[in-house]
Amino acid sequence: MNLLIILISTSLISNVVLCQFLGLCPFLGVSKKVDTAIGMGAAVIFVITVASAITWLIYSFILTPLNITYLQTIVFILVIAALVQLVEMILKKSIPSLYQALGVYLPLITTNCAVLGVALINVQKEYNFIESLISGFGTAVGFTISITILAGIREKIENNDVPHSFKGMPIVLITAGLMSIAFMGFSGIQFK
Amino acid sequence: MKESNFKYIINGLIKENPTFVLMLGMCPTMAVTTAAMNGLGMGLSTTVVLVLSNIMISALRKVIPDTVRMPAYIVVVASFVTIVQFLLQAYVPSLYAALGLYIPLIVVNCIILGRAESFASKNGVIASMCDGIGMGLGFTCALTIIAAVREFFGAGTIFGIDAIKHLGYEPVSILVLAPGAFLVLSVLTALQNKLKAPSATNVPQGDSIACGGNCFNCADKICSENHGKLAEAKAAFLAEKAAKAEAAKAAKAAAEAKPAEEVKPAEENK
Repeated sequence: MNLLIILISTSLISNVVLCQFLGLCPFLGVSKKVDTAIGMGAAVIFVITVASAITWLIYSFILTPLNITYLQTIVFILVIAALVQLVEMILKKSIPSLYQALGVYLPLITTNCAVLGVALINVQKEYNFIESLISGFGTAVGFTISITILAGIREKIENNDVPHSFKGMPIVLITAGLMSIAFMGFSGIQFK
Repeated sequence: MKESNFKYIINGLIKENPTFVLMLGMCPTMAVTTAAMNGLGMGLSTTVVLVLSNIMISALRKVIPDTVRMPAYIVVVASFVTIVQFLLQAYVPSLYAALGLYIPLIVVNCIILGRAESFASKNGVIASMCDGIGMGLGFTCALTIIAAVREFFGAGTIFGIDAIKHLGYEPVSILVLAPGAFLVLSVLTALQNKLKAPSATNVPQGDSIACGGNCFNCADKICSENHGKLAEAKAAFLAEKAAKAEAAKAAKAAAEAKPAEEVKPAEENK
């Protein structure tokens, strides 16, 4: 039950993009087509889930025993950067079909602040291993949901008559703002 | 030398303002601009990290091997971020609590890695420091302005001081909530489009520029490519203007030359 609460609250209630403003850049940049948005979402789900597991292990079994938890920011960002490279190499070698689908997006995730953000939130909330995993997965699913919706709306906007000044980024930001208002509705969900 | 350093500062503040013109680091811009004080705090923290990391990277630019430069930059930036985080925690706990998660996330702010890659790794220590100060102050000003606007209309206060609330103003509280960030930014970019102000979002190629509010792949060479694109667009605009001016000049000169030529033979005849 606890895990379900974490899953719902990370994916919907405090949606990573629309409520916490993490990972805005791919959200605005890679959301022109639904296909690429889903590809990006899948890559993010994969990387964030793996990254939250690995950072949890490192934090609990290396940083805490050595009493150097203050190094978490440095260690996490380096681990994430290395991890993305590693995942890319492994996928390329062992599962070429998945690499074909996700490959382009993987390098772009290194500097995605959502990955580091999730790792830090897991530490902050003192989640255990399974909870961190679920929290990472939920956050990434929330990202995928919102980027896919935005891409769907953007495909429709293409055919609409948008006022000249609002063409391009402004109308996308307005769309994101309206989506954010819609997602605020989830904050009414209460768990007992 | 001194004049050029001053130019770097002005460049970051106005000409290449990281938020308004280059559209970098949008995540912190949207997240912390709920109150003018938070915007100012975030801007200054980023400025400190930016200046220190620019100095350090510029000093080490001949030592860091080219192949591992990004990890090296990240370590330098992350160290300074950790220091700033502890300083804030110790001396400004209220600001630390308000900014929370976004302080460690300064590490992935693309302004810092972008400047390290495109400026500090190529220029001297003093110049890099000035560039850091300029860019940092530009970021701080932009953040404070956006935050002040959101706070003014969203809460009726500025820096926490009652501004128009006592006049019976009903605050538009959505502006200080999450959707407000998107709406304010959207109006800002729309205004820039309308006024044709220089901005990464309204360069003619528009979407081909990687930075159209899209900072995640800006840290590496794409950032300098964007600079190139902005410069190209500007050069093209200037060239067009120059060509027009030239044409006008030529026409004027031709108009002037005609009577002169008419006069000349007349003089020779004398």
